[in-house]
Amino acid sequence: MIDPAVRPRTASVIDDTDRALINALQGDFPLTRQPFFDVAARLGLDEAQVIARLQRLLNERVLTRFGPMFQIERIGGAFCLAAMRVPEGEFGRVSAQVNDFPEVAHNYRREHALNMWFVLATERPDGIADCARRIEVATGLPVFLFPKEREYFVEMKLEA
Amino acid sequence: MSTRGAEIPQTVSAPADDIDRRIILATQGGLPLVADPWNEVASKVGVPVDELLVRVEAMLDRGLIRRIGAVPNHYAIGYTANGMSVWDIADEAIDAVGEWLGALDAVTHCYRRPRRLPDWPYNLFAMVHGRSRDAVRQQLDDIAALLHGRFPGACRSHDVLFSSAILKKTGLRIGTSD
Repeated sequence: MIDPAVRPRTASVIDDTDRALINALQGDFPLTRQPFFDVAARLGLDEAQVIARLQRLLNERVLTRFGPMFQIERIGGAFCLAAMRVPEGEFGRVSAQVNDFPEVAHNYRREHALNMWFVLATERPDGIADCARRIEVATGLPVFLFPKEREYFVEMKLEA
Repeated sequence: MSTRGAEIPQTVSAPADDIDRRIILATQGGLPLVADPWNEVASKVGVPVDELLVRVEAMLDRGLIRRIGAVPNHYAIGYTANGMSVWDIADEAIDAVGEWLGALDAVTHCYRRPRRLPDWPYNLFAMVHGRSRDAVRQQLDDIAALLHGRFPGACRSHDVLFSSAILKKTGLRIGTSD
C-alpha cells in the first residue's frame, strides 16, 4: 500500500529507451544551452523525444523529480532523519499532519515499532529541533531525531 | 556517480550567497522541461544565463549541488524491496566498520547516527535496495557473516526495516515557512 500521491500510476511500463534515459540522467546533466539536445545525441534520440519521455516519466511518477539535488549543509542548513512510533489506528491522521510540514522532504512507512521515518530539511541547523517540536505538538507523539554524525558512503544512482 | 572510497568532507559552512539561494528556490521543485531550461532558470533568478551556468558549476564543485538529474521512484524501476539495515556496533569500531560497510556494492547509503536508548540501540545505518525482500535479507545475512569474521565482537545486533509505503517524496523545500 503506497500512498496514491507517490504511487507509480497504473502499471507504468517502462521500455528500454526509458531505462537508458533514466540511467543517463542520473549522471551529469549538461550545463549547456541545449542540454536535452546533448543528452539526446548521446542516446541516439532526438531532443523532443527526450523532453516528452521525461515529462511522461514525471507524470507517471516513475521519476519523483528532475533537477539539482542540494546538500543544504554546505550553506549552513541541515538534513535530519527522524522517526515516530505511530499507533496503527492513527497512522493516516499522523501521516497527513507530518507530510503537511514543508520541512519534511521524504516520509516512509517502515515495518518496525518505530513505523514512520522521515527526513527534515531546513535552511538553518536550529530549524531541525524547532520543526521536530512543532511536529510533536501537532501530532501529540514524540519525535526521535537521528542526525547524521558521519557519512561513510552515498551512491546517487539507482540503475533502472 | 559515487563518492565511494573518497574522503568525504563533513559539514562545511559557507554563507548563503543571495544568488545561490535564489537558484535553489528556482530549481528545488525541478528544472523546466524545455529546450533551454537554464535560460528559464536564469530569468527567474535575474542573472544572465552565462553567469547562471558558471554559478551552477561552482555549486557543483562546492558540493552544494550533489548532482543534477533524475530522481527515480525506486518502486517504479523495480527495486520493490527497500531495506534500511541498522547495526549496533561497538563505539571503538564504528568508523572502521562504517567505512567497510559503505564500500560494499550492495550498500547505497551508509551513515553513523546516535543511538536512542532504550528505544533504539543501533548506531550504523546502511540502505540496501533489491528486487525482493528475500534477496535483500540474503545479502544482509552474507554481510553480517563477513562482518563477524572481519570485526569479531564489534556487532552486537542488527535488524532491517523494510518500507511498505512512500508517504511523501518531494525533496528539499526551503523558503516556504522559514
